[in-house]
Amino acid sequence: MPEIKDLVKGLADTHGRTRESLIPILQGVITHENYISDEAMTEIARELDISAAQVYGTATFYSFLDTQPRGKYVIRVCKTITCAMKGKNLIIQELEDLLKVKLGETTPNRKFSLLETNCLGWCHKGPAMLINDEAYTELTPEKVREIINEYIKK
Amino acid sequence: MSYTQLKRVDLIFDTEATTKDILQTAWSKTNEQIVNELLESGLKGRGGAGFPTAMKWKFTSEQAEKERYVICNADEGEPGTFKDREILFKVPQKVFGGMAVCAKVIGATQGFVYLRGEYRFLLKELQKQLDDFHAILKALSINFNITIIMGSGAYICGEESALFESMEGKRGEPRNKPPYPTIAGFRSKPTVINNVETLVYAFMITKHGAKKFKDLGTADSRGSKVFSISGDTPKAGIYELELGMTVDQFVEEFGDGDTKAVQVGGASGFCVPRKKFKDTIIGFEGVPTGGSMMLFNSSRSMYNVLHNYLEFFEEESCGQCTPCRVGCQQLIKGIEAVKKGEKHAVYLDQLMKLSQTMKITAKCGLGQSVANSFSSIVDNFKEEMIY
Repeated sequence: MPEIKDLVKGLADTHGRTRESLIPILQGVITHENYISDEAMTEIARELDISAAQVYGTATFYSFLDTQPRGKYVIRVCKTITCAMKGKNLIIQELEDLLKVKLGETTPNRKFSLLETNCLGWCHKGPAMLINDEAYTELTPEKVREIINEYIKK
Repeated sequence: MSYTQLKRVDLIFDTEATTKDILQTAWSKTNEQIVNELLESGLKGRGGAGFPTAMKWKFTSEQAEKERYVICNADEGEPGTFKDREILFKVPQKVFGGMAVCAKVIGATQGFVYLRGEYRFLLKELQKQLDDFHAILKALSINFNITIIMGSGAYICGEESALFESMEGKRGEPRNKPPYPTIAGFRSKPTVINNVETLVYAFMITKHGAKKFKDLGTADSRGSKVFSISGDTPKAGIYELELGMTVDQFVEEFGDGDTKAVQVGGASGFCVPRKKFKDTIIGFEGVPTGGSMMLFNSSRSMYNVLHNYLEFFEEESCGQCTPCRVGCQQLIKGIEAVKKGEKHAVYLDQLMKLSQTMKITAKCGLGQSVANSFSSIVDNFKEEMIY
């Protein structure tokens, strides 16, 4: 895949080719590709001159460095206690109905992935979710519908 | 000093003096003066562990190795904690200022802010504020530079040595201690790593002197603290309060009238049941907290609360040491089995022993602290675990 090769090379030019550049490069791949493919990992290993196992080991450690194909918009709903108490399950149900996928799945058009995540740091304004880097708080099923409709138009 | 009522304090978010003024004040003092003031103030780390800040700075400054770093730990991941986000959003320059003062004391020229991935939306504004801050440093001819490093969603990276590993491009697995960061931290160089809030307090103590801070709080818990309050409360949010209050006083102010338990210090902290509200002080002499205060009213099942915490730990455990990796899994299985009646209630005693074993044998604070919430919830709400 020539595009991946160019992307990784460009990222390595920006962030450097030391071990410390690894995570910034992986984050860069996520920004462009939404997930880190096997090809990307092998390519990064070649650029940084480390083993692919080390790249894989690092990437799979971090929950935001997805190694499974993901949609353009990754939705992460907080499942930690206070969000759970304030109705996180209703939010997930609404998202499942709207996107017609189950938790953990990606829509067939590769636009949305629906995931759960641990504490997002919005406990006083739960339930909360992230769509890519954007935080949405004090969610209700109605609010979720409006937000998703906006994203569908994008 | 007796504590009579909750006192709101405004040290963190106060913006009366400019960053430049405070930096000038700091640079008019000797390093010894700054460290002595910090020591006198009694400031302890605000991330949860509570190590005296002055000692960290002093130990690092005494190392033979001259390449030293100051790191701001903004990987706030403890359930129920969200104060650092607010501090970084409202007064970022004071955080950078605290780092600069620390750099002066320990003789560092490079600093880092490790920001959790969940807060990436802060990055753009934070970078802008940092550029402004660098301009102030330049105007004052101070040679210090800060870089923001992004995390990628791992609770364990809030543990200082895991954070260094992550910054070095590796899996966030905690290291053995000793050596401590003051001797061998980031890149195995002497490093001061402080919580966001600690740095702001250090900055404000440099401005006001020790007295203003020391006069607040109790002998073991000096000063004030920013609390993140959530759960069953009509007043969820962020409050800076004087330390030394009892849970009872806290619930009086923030409860919904039906509070049955307060989780102090997040999932890794302690659960205080109603019958112990009066005798429990929030602070290092009682139940310590990094700021997380979650209130539960009588409609909540403490089994569900504990189950949620354990799932959290099971997922966030880095997996390198057996007590934590296997222990968390077994604790979940265990309480599920008791709840379903597959195991007799006395099995809870076995689980308590397991959690105590984890406390002694786990490699880092994550595995060691599972026992805190586990034993305090099971002990105080045994019937909810069984029926």
